[in-house]
Amino acid sequence: MPDAPIPLVVDDLHKRFGDNEVLKGLSLTAHQGDVISLIGASGSGKSTFLRCMNLLEQPDAGDITVHGEAIAFRETKRGRTPADWKQVERIRARLSMVFQNFNLWAHLTLLQNVIEAPVHVLGVKKREARERGLALLERVGLASHAAHFPAQLSGGQQQRGAIARALAMEPEVMLFDEPTSALDPELVGDVLRVMRELAEEGRTMIVVTHEMDFARDVSSQVLYLHEGRVEEAGKPAEVLGSPSSARLRRFLAPRF
Amino acid sequence: MEQWLAHVAPWLSANDIFTPATLARYWTGLVNTVDLVFVSLIIGLMMAVPLAIVRSSRRWWLSGPVWVYTYIFRGTPLLIQLYLAYYGFAFVPGVQDSWLWFFIEDPVYPALFAFTLNTAAYTTEIFHGAIRATPRGELEAARAYGMSSARAYRRIVLPSAFRRALPAYGNEVIFMLHASAIASAVTIMDLTGAAYFVYARFYTPFPAFICVALIYMGLTFAILAVFRTLERRLLRHRQPAA
Repeated sequence: MPDAPIPLVVDDLHKRFGDNEVLKGLSLTAHQGDVISLIGASGSGKSTFLRCMNLLEQPDAGDITVHGEAIAFRETKRGRTPADWKQVERIRARLSMVFQNFNLWAHLTLLQNVIEAPVHVLGVKKREARERGLALLERVGLASHAAHFPAQLSGGQQQRGAIARALAMEPEVMLFDEPTSALDPELVGDVLRVMRELAEEGRTMIVVTHEMDFARDVSSQVLYLHEGRVEEAGKPAEVLGSPSSARLRRFLAPRF
Repeated sequence: MEQWLAHVAPWLSANDIFTPATLARYWTGLVNTVDLVFVSLIIGLMMAVPLAIVRSSRRWWLSGPVWVYTYIFRGTPLLIQLYLAYYGFAFVPGVQDSWLWFFIEDPVYPALFAFTLNTAAYTTEIFHGAIRATPRGELEAARAYGMSSARAYRRIVLPSAFRRALPAYGNEVIFMLHASAIASAVTIMDLTGAAYFVYARFYTPFPAFICVALIYMGLTFAILAVFRTLERRLLRHRQPAA
């Protein structure tokens, strides 16, 4: 039996902002069910790395392959750009992103937020999308808030709603960009609980995070980034349990 | 109208100014004002939406011309624009012999022309501001979920921008109603023209102009009520949960 295509392969990604090279050759392979945590100090490039995976930022070099389909690029005078934006849009629809600041659409209710992309990007029937959307909101504990607007919800509720929106796309891979960094401490737990459940049901996830407990307990692989390079990578127990680099030891040390 | 006149007939016969003939003048003025303002607002709005989108473009050769247009029309008095349209076009060589003359001869069309372009310019800037104020993250989320930029505009940016623009656009509608008073300067029998006629006929400034002021005020409150309802409906997402 031939192997199923790998959900996400990123190979030797480079990205510069002006003179500042922020990604210096980053690679990553996410197999079905992998949960990969990207950790590192701010400025290490972990968010940029994640945002390059769905081309919210354009990588200057390197390849991205989603479910066996490589994103095509072409060279222009101002650098490399995707050759076919239709392809990019199709691939983005298979990589749902959860943002640090939730980025729910403020003029739509929670349920409308959840069904917007399935209906208008994937072409799912509205009735079907509503039923699924309600079930997903139920799952993240927000069934009674379906008709609320984002501004009427707490940060934790908004982020759980954003996760429901991501799930509604039935994504190949879920990308989490510091999903708990903008939350009050007492709201973080609810969001992490939902994410842990997703990991346990075998979702493929890439998570940029500062939550070391989450990285240790939930992820299958941890990448420690420093100045645009992977400084250490491996099983969480090894990377976080017995870090070999002095820098990672300092990063993980108690702050005070 | 007849029935209504029968009701006020006793009162009408008790004064010399507000006779049925005078009221008919005001009525014609009201119809002309509402007509002029409504038509120019509708056409102006239809022009402003695409213009605002073009104005928000990052390509200067697209946004530049719209910027020039809005700054000319917002930088000069509406009365001058009206004079240029009404008196100016008539002097274009050959125009008096062409089919265009039909439109230029009648003051209503030059007034519509000037009012429409003027309100379109202001409305374009209102929408442009609202489009620019779209939270970056919301647009980013739209793109991240696979929307093309056209679809993201249609589904996210514009619906959100229209809502943001609603209060400012309500003001523009009221400004336009009040600015339309200058239509009387090119002999259009609008509300102000009617009031001036009554004043000149009876030489009674206070009744003539206070009456028309009250009519303008009534129209303004009607517009406010419409926008209040729209805002309650469309800006629900800014209110606390019920």
